[in-house]
This record gives sequence, C-alpha cells and structure tokens, in this order.
Amino acid sequence: MTYFEFLGEYGPRFLSGALLTALLTLLASMLAIAVAFCMGLMRLSTFGPVRWIAIVYIEFFRGTSLLVQLYWIYFVLPLFGLTLDNFTAGVLGVGLNLGAYGAELVRGGIQSVPRGQWEASLALNMSPAKRMWRIIFPQALVNMLPPWGTLLIELLKGTALVALISVADLMFEARQINGSTYLSAEAFGTALVIYYVFARFIISPFMRWLEGVMARKVGRA
Amino acid sequence: MIEWRWEFTWEILPRLLEGTLYTLLAAGIGYLIALVVGLVFALLQRTPSRVLSRVVREIVEFIRSTPLVLQIFFVFYVGPQFGVSLSPWTSGMIAIGLHYAAYLSEVYRAALDGVPKGQWEACTALNLSPRQTYRDIVLPQALPIALPGMGNYLVGIFKDTPMLSVIGVAELMHTATAIGSNSYRYLEPYTIVGLIFLLISLPTAFGLRRLEAWVRLRLGMTRQG
Repeated sequence: MTYFEFLGEYGPRFLSGALLTALLTLLASMLAIAVAFCMGLMRLSTFGPVRWIAIVYIEFFRGTSLLVQLYWIYFVLPLFGLTLDNFTAGVLGVGLNLGAYGAELVRGGIQSVPRGQWEASLALNMSPAKRMWRIIFPQALVNMLPPWGTLLIELLKGTALVALISVADLMFEARQINGSTYLSAEAFGTALVIYYVFARFIISPFMRWLEGVMARKVGRA
Repeated sequence: MIEWRWEFTWEILPRLLEGTLYTLLAAGIGYLIALVVGLVFALLQRTPSRVLSRVVREIVEFIRSTPLVLQIFFVFYVGPQFGVSLSPWTSGMIAIGLHYAAYLSEVYRAALDGVPKGQWEACTALNLSPRQTYRDIVLPQALPIALPGMGNYLVGIFKDTPMLSVIGVAELMHTATAIGSNSYRYLEPYTIVGLIFLLISLPTAFGLRRLEAWVRLRLGMTRQG
C-alpha cells in the first residue's frame, strides 16, 4: 500500500480526529483563559483567604500531572456522584490544568506593568476597577501575549492525552488505525505532522497577529 | 458516595511506592539523556553551517510542537515495522529524552545568547582558547541564566513520566491503573498517585529555587543576574 492509498483510505478518519482535536483545543483554551484570569487576579489579591485559594489551586494543578488529573476526573469523580462523559472530562482536565499555568502568566503580566502607571492612575483619582480595566490590564495583556502563544501550543499537545479516556480525537484515530493496519510510521507520522501544522501554521501565526493588534491598540507598534 | 478505605490504602501503598522508584528512575535517565542531547542540539545550531543549523532548528521545533504521548507511541511502534524491536523502557527513554532535549536546547541557546557579546569579543581580544573562553568566561555567566529553565524541565519531565504507562512501562501510573482494574477501586490508587506527585514536585521546585539563589550568590551576582 503506497502512502497515497493509505491517505485515501484513512484520510477521512484523520480529518474527523483533527476536527475533534481542534474543537477540544478551542473549548479547553477558553476554559483555561477564564480560569487563568480569575486565579491570576485572585493570586494578587491583598485579601489573604482569596489569595490562598488561588495559591492552592495553582500549586495543586501545576504540582501533579495532567494525565493523573484526567484519570482522577474521569474515574474517581463518578464515585462522588459526578459522572462526566469523556469529552467533558477531557475539556475540563486540560482547561483546569493549563489554566493554572496561565494564572502565573497573568500574574507576571500584571506585575510587569511599571509602578509609575499604578501611581499615575491613583493620582488621577481612578477607582481600583477603572484603574485595572483602563490602565493596567491592556498593558499587562501586551506583555503576557508571547508566553500565552507557547502555552496554547502546550494546551494543544495536552489534548492528545484525552485519547486515553477514549475521546475520538486525532491521537485516538492514529492509535486505532495503527491497531488495524500495523502501518505505524504512516499512522503516527501523519498525526504528528497534523499536530505540527496546527501548532506552527495556525496557533503561532494567529498569536503573532494578535500580538501586533494589541501592541497597536496600546500604541506600541 | 463512596468512602475511603484505609486498610486497602495500606495494602496497595508498598506497590505504589515501588512504582514511584521506577518513576524517579525514568525521570532521572530521561533527564540525563535530555541534558546531553539538548547540548548537542544547541551547539549544532551555533555551527557556521547554515543548512545544518536550519535543519536542527526545524527538528527542535517539530519535537516541541507535537504531543509527547504520540512521540512515545511513534518510537515504540515504528521500530518493529522495520525489524527493530525496542523494549518499552528503551523506547520510552528515547522519546522522553529527545522531547526534553528539544526544550533544554532552547534553554541552553537562550543562556549562551544571554552572555553579552562584549564578553566573547574580550575573550578573542585576550587570545583565549575556545576551551578557556567557554570554561572560564562564558559558562559561569550562562549557568545562572540556564538554571531556572533547567529546573523547570526537571520537574516537567518527572510530571510527564505517567505518559510512559501507555506503552507498558511499569511506573507509578501504570501500577495505579493495574490496581484499579484489578480491584475496581480507583479512588485510593489515583488519589495516592496525585499526592505522591505533589509531595515530590513541590519540594523539588522549592529546592531548585534555593539552588538558583545559592549559585547566583556563589558567582557574585545580584538578584537581577
């Protein structure tokens, strides 16, 4: 069987797997971004208990493996009466895990805004909410976007683990095709190339574009 | 609602601790491979040959942007297709070692680039040999820049070892899954695995931060490096 015949026969399955991986990545990154901003801001709170909740969350999710967390969510949570289907468990696991890493980026981004900016907005009598929203946040966002690009690629790679709880993503399809054809180089190689294309030709250019847009918005282009 | 069973916990704990030893062994061997191969990747990108450095750069990018778990499968299954059979341990170590070598090469590269150009020029001006340049001038300055990244990936490789269970490397995660499917009790094994990871990775991360501070102090550097 030539490689083209292989692609002709299994192409549609790779495609459906790739689409599911894209969907997983999209949903999990939305969750991760929400968690990251929430926990990142809580981490900077001056109110002790709020800060401690964020610290425990961040250290807990960064201290254990994504795979362990996924298995825990999928196999152990049902014992407590919370049964999730594998797709939801996958999105939840990946999003919560990468969100903890993102929270540290949010914290770093906000702390990187020069002190003078905080003082100036105080001098202009801005409310804390307005100061954060109008002055600090836009600048922090520009500073933290480059590491977010790296993190989103980590997230894409993280979604491959979801195949281990039987979500039919790209990784899952590759394993199935390998199991039925024994053409391992073709099956896993094709999947590797598709992941690479996602990371290098979709996520990276998109993030670079976003960095450009944001830099112009705060007048740093 | 299900309750935690202590007698079951004590029964499985020795097996899980044994699994932990294999996890640590896998992380250690993988990291050693990554340290050496990463250096090779980094130095190959500094050779005068444009083609060579470009090719190595692309390989590093490829490894970094594809999932480790898929790479583990690839290494494990592709060998037999061409008549080379690798054991789960060997293929696991190759895959995880290469994956982290790609990451570490970026750390090395950034560290070497972080040494000011004037330092290299001064070495040339003082007629120091390449050996002296690296040993006495460049590496002591590059090390503090590289240490945080190297430490992060040491903890990272440890946390990625559960992926080796997918090809049957008998480390901690594999042991826990085996216990779970034998006894139909997942609560204790998976929870203990999570706790073991926390108990090892948090103190390690803390210790590494102390080490960084100590190295900076020893090399007479301020906090800003």
